[in-house]
Amino acid sequence: MNAYVLKGGHVYDPLNNIDGEKMDIYIAGGKIVEEPPKGAKVIDVSGKVVMPGGICIHSHIAGGKVNSGRMLRPEDHRRDNIPKKGQLRSGVGYTVPTTFVTGYRFAAMGYTTVFEPAVPPLKARHTHEEFQDTPILDHGGFVLTGNNWFVLNYVKNNEMDKLAAFIAWLLWATKCYAVKIVNPGGVESWGWGKNVNGLDDKVPYFDVTPREIVTALSYVNEKLGLPHTIHVHGNNLGQPGNYEITLETMEAVREIKASKGRRSVLHFTHIQFNAYAGTSWKDFASGAQEIANYVNKHDHVTIDIGQVIFGDATTMTADGPWEFALRQITRGNKWVNSDVELETGSGIVPYVFRRTVPVNAVQWAIGLELMLSVNDLYKVCLTTDHPNGGPFYFYPKIISWLVSRKARNEELEKVHKAAIEKTTLKDLDKEYNLYEVAIVTRAAQAKILGLKDRGHLGPGAKGDVAVYDIDPTKVNLSSSPELVEKAFSAAAYTFKDGEIVVKDGEVIATPQGSTIWVKVKKLEEMMPLIEEDLKEMWKHYTISLNNYPVQMEYLPKSEMVEV
Amino acid sequence: MGKVELTPIEKPHIPIEAEVISPDIFAGKSLEEIGDLEVWRGNRKKKLKEVFKISGDAGKTPGETTIIVNGDASFIKRIGQGMTAGEILIKGNVGMHVGAEMRGGKIVVEGNADHWAGAGMKAGILHIKGNAGNYLGGNYRGDIGMSALQKGVYGTIIVEGNAGDEVGAWMADGKIIIKGNVGAFAGVHMSGGNIIVYGDAAERVGGEMKGGTIVIMGQLSELLPSFEYKGEVNEVSIDGEKMLGPFLTFVGDLAEDGKGTLYLLKEKNAHLI
Repeated sequence: MNAYVLKGGHVYDPLNNIDGEKMDIYIAGGKIVEEPPKGAKVIDVSGKVVMPGGICIHSHIAGGKVNSGRMLRPEDHRRDNIPKKGQLRSGVGYTVPTTFVTGYRFAAMGYTTVFEPAVPPLKARHTHEEFQDTPILDHGGFVLTGNNWFVLNYVKNNEMDKLAAFIAWLLWATKCYAVKIVNPGGVESWGWGKNVNGLDDKVPYFDVTPREIVTALSYVNEKLGLPHTIHVHGNNLGQPGNYEITLETMEAVREIKASKGRRSVLHFTHIQFNAYAGTSWKDFASGAQEIANYVNKHDHVTIDIGQVIFGDATTMTADGPWEFALRQITRGNKWVNSDVELETGSGIVPYVFRRTVPVNAVQWAIGLELMLSVNDLYKVCLTTDHPNGGPFYFYPKIISWLVSRKARNEELEKVHKAAIEKTTLKDLDKEYNLYEVAIVTRAAQAKILGLKDRGHLGPGAKGDVAVYDIDPTKVNLSSSPELVEKAFSAAAYTFKDGEIVVKDGEVIATPQGSTIWVKVKKLEEMMPLIEEDLKEMWKHYTISLNNYPVQMEYLPKSEMVEV
Repeated sequence: MGKVELTPIEKPHIPIEAEVISPDIFAGKSLEEIGDLEVWRGNRKKKLKEVFKISGDAGKTPGETTIIVNGDASFIKRIGQGMTAGEILIKGNVGMHVGAEMRGGKIVVEGNADHWAGAGMKAGILHIKGNAGNYLGGNYRGDIGMSALQKGVYGTIIVEGNAGDEVGAWMADGKIIIKGNVGAFAGVHMSGGNIIVYGDAAERVGGEMKGGTIVIMGQLSELLPSFEYKGEVNEVSIDGEKMLGPFLTFVGDLAEDGKGTLYLLKEKNAHLI
């Protein structure tokens, strides 16, 4: 293993309160170390920005749904070909890139860890197979639980110990990192041709409500002491006026006690899609200020954005009923909708966000409004909900909007006037500095995910470092957003586990990333609680219980977190 | 007006991908610059001057540029792909994808054109004096086929000879005129635009069509059962071009709740009702 000294860069490491200080970073044995290592290669990074490797809390990059999205969109690939180059594989973009291109493009932006936020338990093996084929990035999955029959049954019977045991078992069986909830109750209702529209609507047959599902899973999540909170895609996603149910959902878990080490008990994901005011598409408006107000007043929720990027997107989610609605909205666009046995559903619809469409313009503005209105940036993460709001490789563009009011206003002039009339974006004068950019792209994400050894550059942290070619002492970010975008698009260096993987924006090495997953220590003790139930319910599954858990062979580099 | 002549030097065994042969790319370039343009031959790059003898000079703008391909270009693919203005004259056969995704200008092929000619075309004229292959004016996977650049501006394809299968697949707008016969599945998945066939058509015309018009002046071998007979009309007029009937009129494809129209010359198609 090589050792490096990154000499003279401007370091932005928010978790260690380092704000642009000129200092050296030492890497040895794949980790950040305190003392200059012997025989280290010295790399001069003076006049450049040094940050921890980027972390993305929510990008759909692997699994059955992503792969179906690839198959659905040959036209998408035809417009974005990446030929084979040296040791790099060929591949395609645009909205649903191949696994290899996903790895290359994230790494080129200085990102080193990415989470796939929707793993149907039955498709977990497929997800891990694609993880293996996604080079460089460390990765982990969030397992879908909000419509699982076991969960619904335990919630119905108020059997929290059994629910805890099941969640612990499911995380082990799928080798996932966190608990994901998508349209709680709604996806199961969709199996009956229905949806839930309010937090207290009943799910057919199970007779439970979204409120009960979310609070029960949040309670169990904290009881097990999982590193991340529940990760929630709310009810009524995409619908006008849905900011109210978003706030209700947050309010529902307010009393739940967070496990040790954090204050939040719920992460509301791609909240842009759940921050709409108005009563119909005609008076569609932003509810971002109401959401930001709540988040500013309460410490028990964190959010990520799901920023919209104009142009092609491929919406893909476990929210089957919403994808059906979107298919109707797009007047019969090609689509996929599927049911995953007793567990969840999913759907895919290609979508184009247009500057000229009032609703799309407002959606675009809402994401930025939220990023600019939440005071404590440790509660907010930058995402596009790739590929739902747009492809992940537009993060640098979003960063340029965040650091520069000028850049935002230039875009505002190009979009439909609804973005000015129905949102507060034009009046927001906040401009991020690089310290704040580092929070929303790494530090906050690491903190919210409960990752201890990444997202910062303290001794012992992983040797995941990004170096960007922009001199904060010389460049005025606000007046030169294009330089910011350029610098963050092509990292001068990306280090993964202490080795250089990207130089001058070009990928030069493609190591295997590790799979981060959670094992509950007491799982063996808890198993007797649910063993009978598993056997009983498994009569309805198409594969046997023995073949269900993902074997360790699917995790060539396992990084187990024990709780 | 500038004119550039390309004469193929030899006929290679491996086809050449030459989307650079377009007035948009030639315009404003010297002969030397044109000769240095890169084309793919299999997995190797070649310069255009290694494939063609080049003479003449290009106009300043695409609209002022005419490209003449002298001789057999049946091994050269993608000529005029995506062009927006100007003219290309091919004095022989041409390879696949000629005029694909055209957005303006004119291409004349004096010989035959291979598959995918005019695929995804949005405006301009593609005139093929010989035969055309499959997927004439069709679509690339996942995309729609011929469509309009803007309202009222669409592409026209004229084929003097016969065309292959799936003519105008996924077509949304535009016009395809075929003087000879067409293969199976003409107008499959079509949602708008017009296809006029003066010769005979093979089976499954208009399968899953939702809109648009198909006129067949020859014999249709077999009609899909999901088209509904709507009676006779005496003449059909498309863009002012009148065709005298009487025609049998069918609407479909009902399997897709479609509202496309089929006009079949009664004289040749009495076997269908």
